Amino acid sequence: MSRREIISGNWAFAEAMRQINPDVVAAYPITPSTDIPMKFSEFVADGKVDTNFVTVESEHSAITACVTAAAAGARVMTASSANGVGLMHEIFPIAGFFRSPIVFGLVNRSLGAPINIHCDHSDSMGERDAGWIHLYCEDAQEAYDTAVMAVRLAEHDNILTPVFVCQDGFITSHGFEPVEMLDDETVKRFVGERNARYPLLDVKNPVTYGSFASTEYYFEIKRQQVEAMENALKLYDGVAREYEAVSGRYYPMLDAYRTEDAEFVVVVMSSAAGVVKDVVDELRDKGVKAGCLRIRMFRPFPFDGVAKALSHAKAIAVLDRSLSLGGTAPVVSEVRSALYRASALIPVQSYVFGLGGRDFFPQNARDIFTDLEKGQIVGEERYIGLLE
Amino acid sequence: MTDKMNSAAMAKPKKWRDVPMAGVAFGATAEAVETGQWRSIRPLWDSEKCISCLICWNQCPDRAVTTDESGKVTGIDEFYCKGCGICAHLCPKDAIEMKPETDFAAARGDR
Ligand code: SF4
Ligand code: SF4
Repeated sequence: MSRREIISGNWAFAEAMRQINPDVVAAYPITPSTDIPMKFSEFVADGKVDTNFVTVESEHSAITACVTAAAAGARVMTASSANGVGLMHEIFPIAGFFRSPIVFGLVNRSLGAPINIHCDHSDSMGERDAGWIHLYCEDAQEAYDTAVMAVRLAEHDNILTPVFVCQDGFITSHGFEPVEMLDDETVKRFVGERNARYPLLDVKNPVTYGSFASTEYYFEIKRQQVEAMENALKLYDGVAREYEAVSGRYYPMLDAYRTEDAEFVVVVMSSAAGVVKDVVDELRDKGVKAGCLRIRMFRPFPFDGVAKALSHAKAIAVLDRSLSLGGTAPVVSEVRSALYRASALIPVQSYVFGLGGRDFFPQNARDIFTDLEKGQIVGEERYIGLLE
Repeated sequence: MTDKMNSAAMAKPKKWRDVPMAGVAFGATAEAVETGQWRSIRPLWDSEKCISCLICWNQCPDRAVTTDESGKVTGIDEFYCKGCGICAHLCPKDAIEMKPETDFAAARGDR
């Protein structure tokens, strides 16, 4: 029987970890993801999981232990945030390259300095080219469901790629809300056993990981990772549908809200989508053809799906919760690229919002739709809620 | 790809899909790695001067110094010798001399 409890996004992720019962968790606490290893260490202490819980001296060691355990053939999970994610930066591409199917609870927090602890996406966006799948969750329920689904996605033999399951720091990670959880047996059956392709522990068929690849083959192995991403794009929906069959909840890679005939669309990720959807309803009641496109899967980026969902729009706003200093913010840059690939030259306005946990209010969303309706689209990015 | 692969026995991959995933090397051995390709200077071993003290055999990082069953040095395996020069540096009898690879370019048909 599934059960419903009032819990936070972090606890929801930790509950999923308990039910997945990974072989190895190596973690080092950092706000706002601390709750995840903290809660999980209780499960370990109470004998509720069989996991080998490795306490380490830094995030760098945490992710290194995770990669090695995954190469050994273990099912591995961990969590981190902000500068902890930054310290892991060196090892992330190795995890991707070793095809280590780690499921990672990434609780988004601004990268210091200044030290701030609150939500934005500057930590995960710095890892967008590391060879990991990125999934961004709107709420605690989705963080729980995505954690369970991500195991199957990461370990799929044609994908074998680690997954970041992102949720917004504090807003989602520490907000308590009703979360419906599957029973332990259902999760156990859904994730199954990991069947590693080349486990180091298979001493009868020994392999070496991490040997030098000269100019002869480096490029070729990277091309294989591109293929894994292409496969993830193709295979994602099958996993999502299988999860729907056991849970009744379906999570497409793109959450298109009232976009079918929308003339004005706001593109956004994670928790802020809830606010935008409310304002969409409000505007629809007034006869404005408003819509919201929430991008759930950022890597691999669903270019075709994005272009299709935006095809009726007269004007589009893309909201980024991180900056690319001196460049184009990450989400808008991909959205523009998706539209260009589809030869859909629809005006796009870039907005940066919510840095360092700056709140995003319904009035902010209304103002953005007003900009779109009035055709106030400029080349430069705009800043929402900035003191100016 | 079969489970019981051995990199040493594998044909050189011709397409990107044929390269082993994750860069794994099968058989947990570097047997098939031709470190000799890195060499820019080549050790020339003189059997007349050599007393088979085995210092070079022991110190060579690529196990490139070859011996016979009785433990006498027989030469240097150019497939593995990367030309680091440690053997020449350590030899108490100056039995090994390092020469630039360019000296052998013609003989090698220069690739
Ligand atoms: S160190 Fe010199 S003398 Fe000793 S075995 Fe090697 S070549 Fe011969
Ligand atoms: S040059 Fe270096 S690699 Fe070559 S035989 Fe001498 S010690 Fe070994």
